[in-house]
Amino acid sequence: MSQASNNKLFAKGWMIAVYIFLYLPIITLVVFSFNDSKLVTVWSHASLRWYEALAKDTALIDAVLLSLKIAFLSALMSVLFGTFTAFALNRYKRFKGRTLLSSMSSMPLVMPDVIVGLSLLLMIVSAQHWLGYPQKGLLTILLGHALLGTAYANVVVTSRLREMDGKLDEAAMDLGAKPWQVFTLVTFPLLIPALVSAFLLTFTLSFDDVVLSSFLSGPGYSTMPMVIFSRARLGLNPTINAVATVTIVVVTMAVIASSFYTSHQERKRKREEAQAYSDSNK
Amino acid sequence: MATAPKDNNKPAQEVLLRVENVTKIYDGTVKAVDDVSLTVMKGEIFALLGGSGCGKSTLLRMMAGFETPTKGKIFLAGQDITDLPPYQRPINMMFQSYALFPHLSVWENIAFGLKRDGMPKDQIADRVEKMLSLAQLNKYAQRKPHQLSGGQQQRVALVRSLAKRPQLLLLDEPLGALDKKLRETTQLELVNIIEEVGVTCVLVTHDQEEAMTMASRIAVMSEGYFLQVGEPDAVYEMPNSRQVADFIGNVNIFEGVIEEDEADHVTVRCPECVHYVGHGVSGHKGMAVGVALRPEKIMLSKNKPTGEYNWCAGEVIEIVYFGAHTTYHLKLDSGKVIKAQELNNTRDLSCGLTWGDRAYAHWNDLAMVVLTH
Repeated sequence: MSQASNNKLFAKGWMIAVYIFLYLPIITLVVFSFNDSKLVTVWSHASLRWYEALAKDTALIDAVLLSLKIAFLSALMSVLFGTFTAFALNRYKRFKGRTLLSSMSSMPLVMPDVIVGLSLLLMIVSAQHWLGYPQKGLLTILLGHALLGTAYANVVVTSRLREMDGKLDEAAMDLGAKPWQVFTLVTFPLLIPALVSAFLLTFTLSFDDVVLSSFLSGPGYSTMPMVIFSRARLGLNPTINAVATVTIVVVTMAVIASSFYTSHQERKRKREEAQAYSDSNK
Repeated sequence: MATAPKDNNKPAQEVLLRVENVTKIYDGTVKAVDDVSLTVMKGEIFALLGGSGCGKSTLLRMMAGFETPTKGKIFLAGQDITDLPPYQRPINMMFQSYALFPHLSVWENIAFGLKRDGMPKDQIADRVEKMLSLAQLNKYAQRKPHQLSGGQQQRVALVRSLAKRPQLLLLDEPLGALDKKLRETTQLELVNIIEEVGVTCVLVTHDQEEAMTMASRIAVMSEGYFLQVGEPDAVYEMPNSRQVADFIGNVNIFEGVIEEDEADHVTVRCPECVHYVGHGVSGHKGMAVGVALRPEKIMLSKNKPTGEYNWCAGEVIEIVYFGAHTTYHLKLDSGKVIKAQELNNTRDLSCGLTWGDRAYAHWNDLAMVVLTH
């Protein structure tokens, strides 16, 4: 066998190994969610038993709803604050404390979640002690997630702002747009794709966070990852498989839809560009 | 457009833009523009020409209002606009990158400025249609900028900056983004549109050809100040310094000393030859000067010229063929290399000179310029 086909074979084998490593656990999880047995590891026969159990498991459903609510609100806050930070750092070049803000805003990206969670907890406890506010619960989890999400949203929006032609702002101003009109008519519409991806990213971050939530949540506020985590310690119940499968299906559908939309837009754009060149050569 | 037909050879002598002693200093130390003053007449196309970092773009950006001068004032039609923000100036700019709004159609791009002025809808539609026909882009009104070719995008950028009928139009390297072939046709289109509208123009460029073909006056800039301001032919034929002569076109400069200084002629002795200049100059006897001689004004022959002045001899060391003309590099006996450009006015390519030949370069007594600094 030649060297080239050997390499090809190796590459293919490696690829399959990686796919198995990545997806076998997920496939197993999905398959076992349809298992009738109470044991997670032993297959008896197919049934929808655990989906019925899930429908009755109000604690778990409440946790999912709470997680969705927190993810949605904290993603909104993250995108808002992250965009403000990105603008301050990229559109206003010189101001006091810029370097400090620039390095501090990316700190949560590298800081271990445990440290962030612990320090937030200490802060909230002492705030409670002195001010009697805030109570641990929805608000504190939201703030923690928004803190982390802001750092990520800042990175996404910053990269978009950097690649955007700064001359567009100047052109708008030159044509008579006041600064706020420059933002609403030019900058904001062009930022929308970045804002959407920042939203999706921070939504996901918040939705699967367990460390920060554990530090910051109070009685009656257990998020989905927290519930799954605590039940796993008591011995897994296939209901968890069912809820995981539902999540996977929803997420996969969203990912497929968004990539289909993106590639469709890309193809349309390419076609139109080709059209422009053939027109101009007539 | 509703402008009266006007005589382009005789612009109205009315000052539109006046820049008074403008200086721009960045970060407290870097002088981008150094005490520049200039006036632009109504209807003029004025070019700021210079290499990168000479301050021409900074000057243009101060006219547009994107930068404020550290010192000095800018007046437009007598009104002090030094501190007005860009969106309050009756000045529009065409950007080098065009800066078309990618999320808006061609139509909306052109209407952008008109809407900001709160113009009634039917008038906007009317004006945009006029602009589209001016740019011959009526068919493309609903397209997005990325669906247009480079030349079309450029025309959209131009008519977008003309749509508000600005008193002054600023062009930043208007042809910088186009390839050479497209440049020539676009240059003419651009000038035609500008002249049809009759707008006063200040353009910035590093390309001397672009400046010479488009502008009625040129300011050559270097290190933040003007070296020379004048009409294109004056700047080319009568450069006032070695720097200008060197920057605009090709030039051979002979260093020498004025030997004879008369009212109707001077002679300059150089190591290579003696120049007889057929007019008086503002120098004095014994003064060290440079004699600038453009390559196209030099004639080559194999035979030794008979006169005493205005010729020198050397060896042909390089022949560069350009199609319409050929440039010969001649190594003089002193070791100096000069360039001579010969027009290829017959199809017979062998003018008799080849590598290694001894050739004589000669020129007439009005071909050169004496540079005193």
